[in-house]
Amino acid sequence: MKKLISRRQFLAAAGVVAAAGVLTACGSSSESTGAAASTAGSTAAAGGDTIKIGMLAPLTGDVSIYGLAVSNGAQLYIEQVNAAGGINGKQIEVQLMDEQGDATQAVNCFTQMVDNGITALIGDVTTGPTLAVVAESQEYNMPMVSASATAEAVTYDAETDTVYTNVFRTTFTDPYQGIKMADYAYEKLGYTKAAVIFQKGADYNEGLAENFELEFAANGGEIVASESYSEGDVDFKTQLTTILNANPEVVFCPNYYEDVGQILAQAESVGLDVPFLGGDGWDGVTGYATADQVADSFFCANYAVGAAPEFESAYEEKYGETYPNGFAPLGYDAAVTVCYGLAAAEEAGLEPATDEYKQAVIDAIKNGTIEGVTGTFTFDEHNNPVKTAAILAFDNGAAILKEQY
Amino acid sequence: MYTVKRKTLKMQLRWSINAVLICALFLALNLLTQNVLSTYQNKVLLLVGINMILAVSLNVATGYLGQLPLGHAGFMAVGAYTCALFTKYSPLPENLNGLSFALGLFLGAVMAGVFGILIGIPALRLTGDYLAILTLGFGEIIRITLNNIDDVLGFDLFYGSRGLKNIPKYSNYWTVFLCVVITCFAIHAMMKSRHGRAVLAIRDNEIAAESCGIQTTYYKVMAFSFSAAFAGLAGGLYACYLGVLDPGSFGFMKSIEILVMVVLGGMGSMLGSILSAGVLTILPEALRSFADYRMVIYSLVLVLMMIFRPGGLLGSYDFSLSRIIEKAMNWKSTGKEGADQ
Repeated sequence: MKKLISRRQFLAAAGVVAAAGVLTACGSSSESTGAAASTAGSTAAAGGDTIKIGMLAPLTGDVSIYGLAVSNGAQLYIEQVNAAGGINGKQIEVQLMDEQGDATQAVNCFTQMVDNGITALIGDVTTGPTLAVVAESQEYNMPMVSASATAEAVTYDAETDTVYTNVFRTTFTDPYQGIKMADYAYEKLGYTKAAVIFQKGADYNEGLAENFELEFAANGGEIVASESYSEGDVDFKTQLTTILNANPEVVFCPNYYEDVGQILAQAESVGLDVPFLGGDGWDGVTGYATADQVADSFFCANYAVGAAPEFESAYEEKYGETYPNGFAPLGYDAAVTVCYGLAAAEEAGLEPATDEYKQAVIDAIKNGTIEGVTGTFTFDEHNNPVKTAAILAFDNGAAILKEQY
Repeated sequence: MYTVKRKTLKMQLRWSINAVLICALFLALNLLTQNVLSTYQNKVLLLVGINMILAVSLNVATGYLGQLPLGHAGFMAVGAYTCALFTKYSPLPENLNGLSFALGLFLGAVMAGVFGILIGIPALRLTGDYLAILTLGFGEIIRITLNNIDDVLGFDLFYGSRGLKNIPKYSNYWTVFLCVVITCFAIHAMMKSRHGRAVLAIRDNEIAAESCGIQTTYYKVMAFSFSAAFAGLAGGLYACYLGVLDPGSFGFMKSIEILVMVVLGGMGSMLGSILSAGVLTILPEALRSFADYRMVIYSLVLVLMMIFRPGGLLGSYDFSLSRIIEKAMNWKSTGKEGADQ
């Protein structure tokens, strides 16, 4: 009995010691970051030889697959720049913070970075936290480049008709994909009668479908049928039969690959054997459809395997695996964009972390032409990239790059 | 022993001591926020305040009423959206922003309280697991409704998953501080009143309480909606703190997060809720430099706490300054016999 109690006491003591250790550790670490923040200001003012930039991404949690890809891609470029001597002889120091896909944490991280004296931000990754950071960034006029937030509201506020001048992105938006595919179908492939089948109630699918229809009609084509289904539906035969009876030459199907697989199989069974077109949600459809079903089909994406072999081999060399998804090249391009802006500000001889410096970064990006791995692009009046999309075709059921359009 | 007359503090004196201390705390923190803390630390401080209100308000339903509601984030969402919409589309002129914020917070709290009554009436017929599941479902209903209501009804008001933006950022140090004080005071006053005693009686033994003539349903719904109303207040502060709302942030995990604060602090202890809300908000932030290990450390702290202090940090102990002073005053005359309550 006595022994038992003493063991308990030992455990309790161990727990207390561990907790105390943790607390003192974090106490000291927060002190040191505080100190770092204050020294950062003074060294920056004295024209130190580093440029601090922040990087926000969900590195843990539900959406970490995107966050990790973006941050790996971006860090790869920063490392390359630093290895080549940095910008204007200054090394770039990246502060990477994990926001776990949470808006509140993203804002906390962002303010901490601002306190630490960053000059520009790469991030955020998903739309929700990005919107919160965008709202916060207005106060500091902080240049920020998101690799992957596709919602229109990230750079442009439709309510008040204002553009967030300090926010850019390297991915194309949902509407843009619909427009691209409409142009491609009408101008390049020569189709004049198209049908659309899309999932209702989802921003991505509706955005693509709606803009495809508008653009295709504006080009002079005809939308013969527009059918929708709800989330979780598995039977699309009714909609596909309606489409079959409308007799289109091509069907635009801007949905995610699981649904696309089902739709393609059922289209085959109702006898609808026209080509299908899709957006970047098709990425991964290969395992879900046979070679026959996707013959003559095309979809667009930000990046296709083989478009930039140097990037792919550099990624593999650094991380020991092939790049995981299209978010990695977009992250890389976000870093390219930020560094482009930094280079221009450095050339103008400004001090990092000052207001003029930030404005110079913003102006440079706004008026610049960025050469990234997902294409060469400029920014339009809403700060969205104007760039070519990678059009992918199918070779024996496998998606391959057809061309940049 | 019974003949010894206990020295007590007069009620007015107790009140003034507390009021002075709160003012002192306000001024001390005010100096700190303006001179010592960085922008980031100030942001975290605001979050600490908001989480304190959430924890203290949930404590009414879990600690004092003895139920296990899992839909606190739902009430928070109701308050947040009400306050956000009111302040955003406020009919008041620009120079009355403060008033519109106050009204927004008030409406948020009232709306959340009304939802508390609505959900409380059916929910509180159940106890334990059943109540937990019902409130959990309620929280999800709120979140999903906010997500889809615009599409279904065909207007643009809540903006669903696209996020409600351009909410004026009114929340600052003193408004949050004031709200924390109001919340703690209101809950404390309620719990020391006849109604509060009834609530405690229901927690300890519902059948006995009923047999003494306490209307259990009435008091349960009252405590529940009281708790909901302050969650709404916290939601309003949160909305005007972040400037952007997205229904996704009021999910099930948010409710659990608040519940963890209450359980860790000790169910039924207001000071415990306040302390643990502070600790659990600051800890993940302070551990950020540990990168991947921080969630492990955070969870480890929770596990160790539950093993060695299953009743929470403070158990059901509640802090009372007057009690301590009275104890000291009575120390000599009664020897080891301290004041009991």
